Amino acid sequence: MAEIPEHLLQRSKDRRKALGLPVEGEDAAPAPEAAAGGGGADAGTPPTPPTGGGGDEPPADGGDATPEEPAGGGDSRIPAHLLERSKKRRAAKAGGDDAAAAASAGGGGGTATAVKTAPPPSGTGPGGHTQRLLTVVKSGSIQQTKVDAVDKVHTWPHLLSVEFAALLGITALVTIFSALVRAPLLSGADFNATPNPSKAPWYFLGLQELLTMFHPMIAGVTLPGVALIILGAAPYVDTNTSLKPNNRKFLIAMFTLFLAFWAVLTIIGSFFRGAGFNFVFPWNDGIFFEL
Amino acid sequence: MADSKGPGKGAQLLDKTDETVRGSQIFNSIFRPGSVFRRGYTDSPRNRSYVIMNNVLYHLHPVKVKRHAVKVSYTLCLGGLSFFLFILLTVTGIFLMFFYRPTDVNAYADIQTLETAVAFGSLVRNMHRWCAHLMVLSVFLHMSRVFYHGAYKAPREFNWVIGVVLLTLTLLLSFTGYLLPWDQLALWAVTVGTNMMGYTPVFGSEVQFVLLGSRVISGDTLLRWYVLHVLLLPFTIVIFMAVHFWRVRKDGGISGPL
Repeated sequence: MAEIPEHLLQRSKDRRKALGLPVEGEDAAPAPEAAAGGGGADAGTPPTPPTGGGGDEPPADGGDATPEEPAGGGDSRIPAHLLERSKKRRAAKAGGDDAAAAASAGGGGGTATAVKTAPPPSGTGPGGHTQRLLTVVKSGSIQQTKVDAVDKVHTWPHLLSVEFAALLGITALVTIFSALVRAPLLSGADFNATPNPSKAPWYFLGLQELLTMFHPMIAGVTLPGVALIILGAAPYVDTNTSLKPNNRKFLIAMFTLFLAFWAVLTIIGSFFRGAGFNFVFPWNDGIFFEL
Repeated sequence: MADSKGPGKGAQLLDKTDETVRGSQIFNSIFRPGSVFRRGYTDSPRNRSYVIMNNVLYHLHPVKVKRHAVKVSYTLCLGGLSFFLFILLTVTGIFLMFFYRPTDVNAYADIQTLETAVAFGSLVRNMHRWCAHLMVLSVFLHMSRVFYHGAYKAPREFNWVIGVVLLTLTLLLSFTGYLLPWDQLALWAVTVGTNMMGYTPVFGSEVQFVLLGSRVISGDTLLRWYVLHVLLLPFTIVIFMAVHFWRVRKDGGISGPL
């Protein structure tokens, strides 16, 4: 069953309230005369307009559309003005039948008369209906719902304003930080003075840390290469379609391990490596780290 | 303010100015029919759509987005921030290019001049450097966010691959920029990095030679990395970013909530 958007339900509810009809969900007392009307209308009622959720309609619908008999005077749910109108129509119809009989003899002049006095249907069904039910076309066969309705908002202002705030925030942050903290600039490049220790940029310090454990070909080329390939292949390896963290415990654990591994290596390489790239404690020997 | 006192002299003047401005050719050419704001901006669904549709930059966005996609707590703005940092880096980088010559004789002196003698030179250089570090961080965090949300899954597999390429390009951009100040920090950090590349199996020394433009780091390396940093890599990353953003929309916007 396709979901009916919230605002449509609300509109339907309001409309029903305004008309004094039972509202779904607000304990509608089953209307006896409505049920009776529904029964009587079965043979010739036009199909009720498709409202999307066919089965959800309250039972009163059929009867309300075509009240067969004048409702009891005591029924308060049908507004007085509608009852009044219904009475008038009935009276007009009774008169119209006579008029039609007269007009049938008169030929062309009948049309004008009929216009004045609500023309009688030419071929009426058992209940006085002017139309027959030919067939019921189920909604699925003519209107296919391929995607479920999604709750959407306008990009402007909902998204753009957030983006603009983020943009201003980061600009302010970077500007203020740059005004306060100077980017490092050491002495000019000198091929004859190797600093001790020589460190790569921080994002490669995990790799440099690996160099202390493995042959450079493993640590510097193979491991990062394999890591990148595995990372890129992740969506093709991971065939689990669920997004729920509960169903992805293994992969989430693996990825967290991966992140933690690099984070720890990078932190060690950044702060715990001193002269000769030997292990030091920053609180004893100071920090050998430049951004 | 003048309105509250009734139609005084000030109010009359204001009205007259208003008339003059609204009647002017400039005003009418800006707010002409066909422009977004024909008669000022009224907040209607139609105008909200026009804001997006009639602007080439905002047009990167669809007119409407899923409600959850707007939640900052879901995306943390990381992708957008990475993109914006890239723009900031481009702007500040162009400024720096005016004052920098990529030769081993001039490079370091130019940076010093920039720091001391150029208006806002120091500030802009600082911004460029801190933005660069921040961008590496935000791209990395963006990747982690996407992974934890499982947003790389079908139909977004290919976009994830592009994302990994973008991460690599970001690292390369940062690393090539690292050499340009031509100070001790730059020289030896890059020495460490390129020594590692020399250990590439089979083609090790060739790879290193192509990257350095010589057997060891030299002025040739500086020129080579400068061109990579200001032209080739930005050019490449822009193409991949375009595909990345385009695929976000082709794959149905950002992924759903957990």
